[in-house]
Amino acid sequence: MSQPTPIDKNLPASVAGWQSIASDWSADKQAFAVPWGKAMMWIFLLSDTFIFTCFLSSYMTVRISTTTAWPNPSEVFALIIGGHSIPLILIAIMTFVLISSSGTMALAVNFAYRRERAKTAVLMLMTALLGACFVGMQAFEWSKLIAEGVRPWSNPFGAEQFGSAFFMITGFHGMHVSVGVIYLGAVATRVWRGRYVHSGDYSIVEIAGLYWHFVDLVWVFIFAFFYLW
Amino acid sequence: MQHLDESQEHGQQHPIGIYLKIWALLFVLSTCSYLVDYFHLQGYLRWFLVVVFMLLKAGLIVAIFMHMRWERLALAYTILIPPLCLLVLMSILASEGDYTFSARGKFFDHQALPATKSLPHNTIERPAAQ
Repeated sequence: MSQPTPIDKNLPASVAGWQSIASDWSADKQAFAVPWGKAMMWIFLLSDTFIFTCFLSSYMTVRISTTTAWPNPSEVFALIIGGHSIPLILIAIMTFVLISSSGTMALAVNFAYRRERAKTAVLMLMTALLGACFVGMQAFEWSKLIAEGVRPWSNPFGAEQFGSAFFMITGFHGMHVSVGVIYLGAVATRVWRGRYVHSGDYSIVEIAGLYWHFVDLVWVFIFAFFYLW
Repeated sequence: MQHLDESQEHGQQHPIGIYLKIWALLFVLSTCSYLVDYFHLQGYLRWFLVVVFMLLKAGLIVAIFMHMRWERLALAYTILIPPLCLLVLMSILASEGDYTFSARGKFFDHQALPATKSLPHNTIERPAAQ
């Protein structure tokens, strides 16, 4: 692993570990050696982490405290394909779609820093398309569950709190994906039109990428705690 | 600002191969966590595997895809340390959930639950799913 670049060339390259934190914070200067947009995106994502953890930990509390059995997600989210009931299959496909979108986004960021305008825009649009695909499958899942009688206050499978936790958590995540699709579409359009050709500064692609990877990251936790637990 | 522009230019340029490898690894890990459910693993083995695959995936996404591995520690610690507070929230809410469950068991669900003192939730037999 290579050493991170020192911000200040006056700093000795040997300053590492905790000492590098002290030297970055102690002087009267800029603390984060990144474009301001990237620092702000990270801080936004930190706040979003707290929101999603509030949802997931209140779901944990509710699930610990119910006296009726929690519906088995493996059965609730099974699909019947070719006469066989396959557990959680739709959720698994959604997971793979989201991971693929994260992969195309990572490649888009890479091509952006190589200043390959067209490849960057196409990969970002592919990412947005996969994201839209994910939201579509989620809409299918919601309609299926609503048709089966799942409501925020009751459901035919078990503990009543299942519905409210499900709609709240997946709904908030789905909203993040939808907003991300619009955001990526907007940035990809700007890249495509050549707005960053003159300055050569494509850091906006990395910043949009941070948001997108975060949406994938949250899904990793939802998949583990809500669907697999 | 001169130094910033320079560090931007060759800031997060990495060989494309690393992204493809991590992408493939994420696919493998997701398949593994799906197989945990597919083969109906239960009990501590299931929870252990689910959490391990989850943490590996989360770590790879943050470290490689979000480039945290290559950021300076000043930024990395600012973002990664505050979420540790959430562990406190989670432990408070877990004990609150246990308390609520035992209170419910005592006061309004006598038929569904055996008469128990405030045992932890996992020691009480739960009724089977409908």
